[in-house]
Amino acid sequence: MISRTSHRSTRFERNLATREAPWVKWTLLTLSLSFFALFLILPLVSVFFEALRKGWEVYLLSITEETALAAIKLTVLIAFISVPLNLVFGVAAAWLIAKHDFRGKQLLTTFIDLPFSVSPVIVGLMYMLVFGANGWFGAWLVEHDLKVIFAVPGIVLATIFVTFPFVARELIPLMQAQGRDEEEAAVVLGANGWQTFWYVTLPNVKWGLLYGVILSNARAMGEFGAVSVVSGKIRGQTNTMPLHVEILYNEYNFAAAFAVASLLALLALVTLVIKTWVEHRASSHFNATHMVPADVNTLSPRVMP
Amino acid sequence: MSIEVRNIHKRFGNFTALNDISLNFESGQLVALLGPSGCGKTTLLRIIAGLEQADSGIVTLEGEDASVSSVRERQVGFVFQHYALFKHMTVFDNVAFGMRMKPRAQRPSKQQIKDKVHELLNLVQLDWLADRYPSQLSGGQRQRIALARALAVEPRVLLLDEPFGALDAKVRKELRRWLRKLHDELHITSIFVTHDQEEALEVADKVVLMDHGHVEQVGTPEEVYNHPATPFVYSFLGSVNLFHGRVEEEGLRVGADAVPHTQDNFTEGSEVFAFVRPHELRIVTDTGYTQGVAAKVVRVLSFGVSARVELDGLDREKDQHFEVELTQAQVAELALIPGQHVRLVPSRLKLFDRPGYVSADAVSNSGSKQSSTGARA
Repeated sequence: MISRTSHRSTRFERNLATREAPWVKWTLLTLSLSFFALFLILPLVSVFFEALRKGWEVYLLSITEETALAAIKLTVLIAFISVPLNLVFGVAAAWLIAKHDFRGKQLLTTFIDLPFSVSPVIVGLMYMLVFGANGWFGAWLVEHDLKVIFAVPGIVLATIFVTFPFVARELIPLMQAQGRDEEEAAVVLGANGWQTFWYVTLPNVKWGLLYGVILSNARAMGEFGAVSVVSGKIRGQTNTMPLHVEILYNEYNFAAAFAVASLLALLALVTLVIKTWVEHRASSHFNATHMVPADVNTLSPRVMP
Repeated sequence: MSIEVRNIHKRFGNFTALNDISLNFESGQLVALLGPSGCGKTTLLRIIAGLEQADSGIVTLEGEDASVSSVRERQVGFVFQHYALFKHMTVFDNVAFGMRMKPRAQRPSKQQIKDKVHELLNLVQLDWLADRYPSQLSGGQRQRIALARALAVEPRVLLLDEPFGALDAKVRKELRRWLRKLHDELHITSIFVTHDQEEALEVADKVVLMDHGHVEQVGTPEEVYNHPATPFVYSFLGSVNLFHGRVEEEGLRVGADAVPHTQDNFTEGSEVFAFVRPHELRIVTDTGYTQGVAAKVVRVLSFGVSARVELDGLDREKDQHFEVELTQAQVAELALIPGQHVRLVPSRLKLFDRPGYVSADAVSNSGSKQSSTGARA
């Protein structure tokens, strides 16, 4: 979530009455930082260390080698298809849940969380059962010469399923907190549904939306479990980057495995940087829109009858 | 434009928000919907706007049934309690929004929009804020921008939902005077919702008093204040002292005390509510005096133009409190001290039947019972 507490915690710190003893602060800091260094920073550094252990040439060769390039291309393609689709689905679902009342709303909200609660491997198996050669639609698919499992469509489906909640989950609380007042104002002023969404709802959630897309993208590129079941791991054809790393590792080709892994790690770092930037922008946006002049009394949310 | 609502019913689950409301709003008037929170006034306003759907009943705008037309087609201006300005747009863009959303054929040109926005911003005296964002404005300024935005689409009727509810007392007073002035210039049919009786009486041409989903009284501010039709209206408009009593030959019997009263259109023996405004009570300190209600002084608040005296009834079980408003001179003359026993003598009493309460006397004394509700004082 977007951090809005820094200002408050500074005030909290400065206040003698609410300040903890120094040793509490330093113990907690040491504990969390050493844990952080040992379990997060060290492994990350070791990925790059292992990747470059045999020198730049081997590194470059391992990531430009034919099957590695195919894996990279496939991963980008998968993200390129599944992220925009999830953007549309997520926005539609969030808009529906946050701004409208209908029967079964609770059920839909629960379903959105389903991908988070189901193990990715199970997700892969589910698709096998439905679209696999012996699955429900298997015979029909074979008849029409369509390949889902062990092909790109299967990987896309599994990825979409796994990354579905990110956009919706990010938007629903944001949209709910903003209420319907602005949308109602727009409708009364003569805007139609599409105009209301495009000019009023969307600009208000754009940072949250970008945040959701970034998380969704990171997960789409890094997904292993579900994809490994449906991909079939055909080298150069249905191998994504995480799968490729695993295969190389199992073949004791550590330098190449870590080289490809380092690309994924780089992607994670870039994602983190963008994410931080978005958070920063969103929180300054938030502060700007919630900066209340001194002569205004605090607003309380209106309670609907 | 005239507005009529007929037999409006609305329920939220088990809660009846509006129960058979029928009202007529004349063209060009400024009408206040007044009532305590939860009385259904906002729901009624939203139904007129089309933001809420009535369970049954119809809304007619200028004689046309609007129940089937959408919010967009009704051409109403709506001002929200919390402004509902578009946070990410400047003041200018907020006001221009309605015009820019029109279908291409009806949309004014860029220059026309610009002129109109500045004209409206001048009307609300905030043209200098055109480039600001809503977050940079004070509450009073935001509400005036919201009003300019609502007027930009040239609505046939202006609906305001507690427009000053979120503002502090001083700004609120300023803005309501300003709203009245604006209405006198524009003459657009306006309905505003408020729970503040002072606001309603001060601003509106006509006041509709509502309670528990039904209309209690409709009238000019003078009518409803001076001739309240029901106990609710009497007690809602200003502070009030209440006595439970029975009409007797000599006057009104309140517990052990007798209150002089000369109205004779209540049959002897009827059980009534008697209302007295704080300024209609006289305090008698003479211990030999036997008329009026016995009470004990609790506090004397003597600041401002008039002074207030708070008193408790002597009957401990009833736990009654009274309030008397006096001039500073009268307070000085009486020299009341807390704990002192006095008598309260009303100069004017307003009696209402106590519905559902029929004493044995009343039935035997009067052959034909009068209707059980309504004022007959």
